[in-house]
Amino acid sequence: MTGTHHAGTSPATDYEVVIGLEVHAQVVTESKMFCGCSSRYSGAPPNTLVCPVCLGMPGSLPVMNRTAVEATIITALALNCEIPEFSKFDRKNYNYPDLMKGYQISQFDLPFSQAGWLEFDDPANPGQMRRAGITRVHLEEDTATLKHVRDSSGETYSLMDVNRAGVPLMEIVGDPDLRTADEAGSYLRAVRQILRYLGVSTANMDEGAFRCDANVSLRPWGQAEYGAKVEVKNMNSFRSVVRAIEFEMVRQRDILDAGGRIVQETRGWVDDRAITVTQRSKEAAHDYRYFPEPDLPPIITPAAEVERLRSLLPELPDAKRHRFANAYGMTSDVADTLTQTRALAEYFEQTVNLSDNARAAANWITRDVLRILGTTGAEIDQILLTPAHLADLIKLLDTGTISVRTAPEVLEEAVNTGSMPREIVQQRGLGQVSDTDALTTAVADAIASNPKAVADYRAGKATAMGFLVGAVMKATRGKGNPGLVNELLKQQLDG
Amino acid sequence: MNLTPEDVDHVATLARLGITAEDRSRFAEQLSDVLEHFRALHALDTTGISPTAQVFNIHSVMRDDVARPSLPREQVLANAPRQEDGFFRVQAVLET
Repeated sequence: MTGTHHAGTSPATDYEVVIGLEVHAQVVTESKMFCGCSSRYSGAPPNTLVCPVCLGMPGSLPVMNRTAVEATIITALALNCEIPEFSKFDRKNYNYPDLMKGYQISQFDLPFSQAGWLEFDDPANPGQMRRAGITRVHLEEDTATLKHVRDSSGETYSLMDVNRAGVPLMEIVGDPDLRTADEAGSYLRAVRQILRYLGVSTANMDEGAFRCDANVSLRPWGQAEYGAKVEVKNMNSFRSVVRAIEFEMVRQRDILDAGGRIVQETRGWVDDRAITVTQRSKEAAHDYRYFPEPDLPPIITPAAEVERLRSLLPELPDAKRHRFANAYGMTSDVADTLTQTRALAEYFEQTVNLSDNARAAANWITRDVLRILGTTGAEIDQILLTPAHLADLIKLLDTGTISVRTAPEVLEEAVNTGSMPREIVQQRGLGQVSDTDALTTAVADAIASNPKAVADYRAGKATAMGFLVGAVMKATRGKGNPGLVNELLKQQLDG
Repeated sequence: MNLTPEDVDHVATLARLGITAEDRSRFAEQLSDVLEHFRALHALDTTGISPTAQVFNIHSVMRDDVARPSLPREQVLANAPRQEDGFFRVQAVLET
């Protein structure tokens, strides 16, 4: 059987695909992991957020950032990890110009956490969840950034900016529990959503605050041992992670089918060519010579401290989703949408509290508020339409003050100006006309100027009534109370 | 404990040291002696003493997350053999 024989079929029909992801996420802090330099390096001129600790100067000493340590443990708790009482940092030694010290401070054998799990949407079974193990969540420092350049004479060199070096970086290592590229995508979305709910990382992949490496291997169905694993790096979007895994599955399958052997190695994803290429084979693999960091004392996290941190956990996306579905009687799709971000979920619940109408709040948010966010590119907390505005609009509708036809106009005005719907309705005279006298005139006018529709109505054509209602609504600029208009029309036509 | 010349080569590669064939056997001998010297520690009875990587009896020393000013860039780059536009200029090291 040749590789081309399989064209168009999934490698998963012949082999079980085994995928494990390693996620690196920058922790949101004011200062770096081991010194007081600002960690807000985005947009800063090169090498302006640098001190002797960042430079690895002799005699400089690192001191741990408490916020980064707590953020890591909180994340580990959200991922259902165990938090060992004793933990320490280690030196990971390697030579590369992105390291000033010749080593990276990381955690080797005694990380802050271990043995957790994460549930994510099963892409193969909508509405169902899948669970993947979390090996560990540990903390390390980010590296300097390198810009590779070539001068006019053709010489290549690198320009190094140390600003990013030392920014706290959390590593979330997943167990090899994922079986398809889509599962990897779903798992990543779940990780990112949790990080954002916790507020510990922006988790923006395009800014480098969230990075993912994938370990991919194939084995014949039923085989217990894993096949040789290939680590794929350099993916810069969720989509490229999925594509890189798909490519790697096919590449490995073709080699195995041709009787070949998979070489354990590191490969890089080349996005514009949509392929992976060899970066480093196992023979040339790094020998990191980890050893305990002598400049940092170990960390002891007593059980009481773990419980204190656990008490800081917000309601997580999954729990929130279930609660929304149950408490507000909404479909899981709507619950999903409303819990996308913690801020959106809070916006919804505030609107419900103020309007006492969950159904209307859900409708307005999933339909109109999300559309506004989509077109303006704004975040939920940046728009002028607050939950108080939306609740006001819902109340105006619920009390019959305005009609459903006027509501969109009021909403647009509130979005644009930040005025309260109640005020907009007053100022612009948009209140629903439920005044019988005022409407009677409009109804009479409509009957007088539409003799054909009147004749049709009398001939028993049901659509004619709708036409006449429309005429009255047009005359009242949509403010007529539709029920009352109907009633008055019937009275005058039949009476 | 005897280090082989291959061990020396490996360590030299990791340390980015270029060594001659003569260095190789001499270092193998010297490094073996150093390791032999530390073997003396094995003679100690460590029953009941838990392993540690630290000699100070302190733990969990942390700082509050407060940013403070960094060094002026001239000082950051003062020791750089080459610099360009505020960056350190280094030889291209591209992993192949």
